[in-house]
Amino acid sequence: MPYLPQTPSQTAGPYVHIGLAPRLAGLPAAAMDRDAPIAGPRCAGDRISVTGRILDAAGAPVRDAMIEVWQANAEGIFAHPDDPRRNELEPDFRGWGRMACDFETGEWGLQTVCPGAAPGGGAPHLSLWIVARGINTGLATRVYFPENTAANAADPVLDMVEPHRRPTLIAARDGAAGAGAYRFDIRLRGPGETVFLDL
Amino acid sequence: MTGAFYPIDRRRHPPAFDDAYKSTVARAPQFPLLSLETPPAERMGPVFGHADLGERDNDLLRNFAAPGSDGPVGERVVLHGHVLDEDARPVPGTLVEIWQANAGGRYRHVNDGYLAPLDPAFGGCGRTLTDAQGYYAFRTVKPGAYPWRNGTDSWRPAHVHFSVFGSGFAQRLITQMYFEGDPLIPLCPIVRTIPDPEAVEQLVARLDMKAAQPFDALAYRFDIVLRGRRATPFENRPEGG
Repeated sequence: MPYLPQTPSQTAGPYVHIGLAPRLAGLPAAAMDRDAPIAGPRCAGDRISVTGRILDAAGAPVRDAMIEVWQANAEGIFAHPDDPRRNELEPDFRGWGRMACDFETGEWGLQTVCPGAAPGGGAPHLSLWIVARGINTGLATRVYFPENTAANAADPVLDMVEPHRRPTLIAARDGAAGAGAYRFDIRLRGPGETVFLDL
Repeated sequence: MTGAFYPIDRRRHPPAFDDAYKSTVARAPQFPLLSLETPPAERMGPVFGHADLGERDNDLLRNFAAPGSDGPVGERVVLHGHVLDEDARPVPGTLVEIWQANAGGRYRHVNDGYLAPLDPAFGGCGRTLTDAQGYYAFRTVKPGAYPWRNGTDSWRPAHVHFSVFGSGFAQRLITQMYFEGDPLIPLCPIVRTIPDPEAVEQLVARLDMKAAQPFDALAYRFDIVLRGRRATPFENRPEGG
């Protein structure tokens, strides 16, 4: 049987917000709202925030990027029909969200519940996907949490990463911002380049 | 658990670095991507339903125009097609989002300052779910070409940006659709990041007279192929998985 060839990727360009976050592009608030939370107020688990910047080869913040996140809930359950425990999910847990970098500062941020470990799924993590002008194919990476020393050491994805690059996938506690606050900067190119995944 | 995805076919997708598209130079990772069989987390992805959408979200002729307005200026077109995977299996119920410039080549975006005017009746943003057979359709106007800061003679061919989810996060795709017969296509540095001319052809929508709406709108057909999934009959499952 012949296989169909994959449709090639193209950059999302600088105006990605029109399609994926219309309010940021300046379209009226009512236009196609995409603001549903990753984890609504009825979701169990520790509330966390992750903020960061995306830096280019010169160390300059990328201010036109868009990031998507995908994660399990606090019990390690995904909001997807293939998860055998899907029926135990909170009704307001989506596990997916979209964040844009600030047009001035480049800062992005998300609020969610801390993910749990899924059976056979390694250490708790957030999956990220990054698109922007100058990024021809969306970049996948993961955010792990610094507290989970043992689980991270046993994680099959982290295990494949050269040890000196592993820290690029582990968020830092942001003490100044309070409990549950993390920083995760992404370096697209150059010193400290983030590990990107071909999944 | 459904299977891992077939690998991304790097012969058909653009490389990260291409100095003719200058924005890639500071933003392309230098290290190779870490290739892994799709882990369970990224085999799954968000699911959207009709409750997430508004009635006119797929009709760009109407979704921004004030009630009673004549609608946007420009050539009225239907954009439609089939979302499939490499095994030719339809991808039903998946979210397809589009964005585009207006007929003059101007984006309704706070950061776009091109000379061409905004159209008060055009937002340039649409979304829909594929139907049970994997088909989608939008109604819009054909976008205009516009110059951009790369070389001093860099012009984007008329194009519509497409974002597609598929059934797993690792299937996520953003691309651009071009219009058959546009002489700017082979000149465009962004198009030319794709090394294989045959792969470029896959991004060129074909005029589809059978789908045109008589005395109303022309139609273009754009099919989208996402990564396929490996069958899993012999997969070793983790205990309890």
